[in-house]
This record gives sequence, structure tokens and C-alpha cells, in this order.
Amino acid sequence: MLLGKVIGTLTPCIIYPGLEGVPMLLVQPLDKNMKAEGGVIVAADSTRMAAPQELIYYEGGREAALALEKWFVPVDHTIIGIVDDVHHLDLE
Amino acid sequence: MLLGRVCGTIHSTINHQFYDNKRLLLVDRLKKDGSPSGKYLIAVDTVDAGAGETVLVIDEGNSARQIINDTSAPVRSVIIGIVDQINV
Repeated sequence: MLLGKVIGTLTPCIIYPGLEGVPMLLVQPLDKNMKAEGGVIVAADSTRMAAPQELIYYEGGREAALALEKWFVPVDHTIIGIVDDVHHLDLE
Repeated sequence: MLLGRVCGTIHSTINHQFYDNKRLLLVDRLKKDGSPSGKYLIAVDTVDAGAGETVLVIDEGNSARQIINDTSAPVRSVIIGIVDQINV
């Protein structure tokens, strides 16, 4: 799982059967210090509560599909949870 | 499996129900000599790894689900061990 920030929402008019009603959000992947890293992705939202500007963590691959109720669906990124706090341990 | 070092914790109340009361750790992925490789991941802790400890992380869904013993859990990265020594 990796950190991401929701930067927008996306409303498909036609979508693959099984994905109707699943919220699709635009997510900017982040590195561990919450800096933007890599291209924007579209992620399904299993919590159904993530809003723009919120810090989230997402999963890819088969686990992304498993996180949704109907999980035999073609999804490759899914928001697993909303981050309340990232506590960095200063190890130096 | 991957080598990692615990470098933070993630607190989350709104999440997929599988992750309720699971401990999520921020793990720096390490090169073979133990130095950080720049990449990181968030893993579910099953061995109570502490801050700064070098850990062994499974990063593959099927094995993770076998460890968690739940065949439909959306989990891929699991900390399964704490490393004492690396000899290269």
C-alpha cells in the first residue's frame, strides 16, 4: 500500500458492469514525506467517504478488486482507507 | 520477501473493515547493505515490530492472505519477521 492525496472526483457515464455506483476519485500518489510522486491515477473508493484534499492509502492489483463489495471487477487501484495521521519516527 | 525498516506509523479510523484495529506501519525498503532504497510501503504488522527495527516484509497478496488467514482480505504487504543480523 502507498500514500496518496485525493485531488478530484470523476463521474463516468458508461462503465463496466459491476462498477456502477462505485465512487471514482483522482488520486495523486505521494512519497513517504507526503510529496507528490508519479502520475495521477484514478482509484475506486472502497470507503465511499474520501473527499478531495484528503490523505488516503491505496492498494493496487488484485487486492484493489478484493477491497470492493462486488470484487470480481476490473479495478487496479482502490482507496483502502483515509489517513488521520502519519507519525514519522526520527531515526537519525 | 523484502527487507525494510520501520520508519513511521499510520493512524486511520475510516478504512476497509479488514483494517479495523490492525497496526499499519510505514516501512522504508532497504538495499541489501541495509541502506534505504528511497522506496517505501505501508504494511500490516503481525509481529509487533518496533520503531527503527529492520523487518522482513511479504509483498505478495496470496501469501499475505494465508498469513492473515482470510481468503478475501485486500492485503498485500505484511510484516512477518524482525531481522537481527544481515551478513552479505
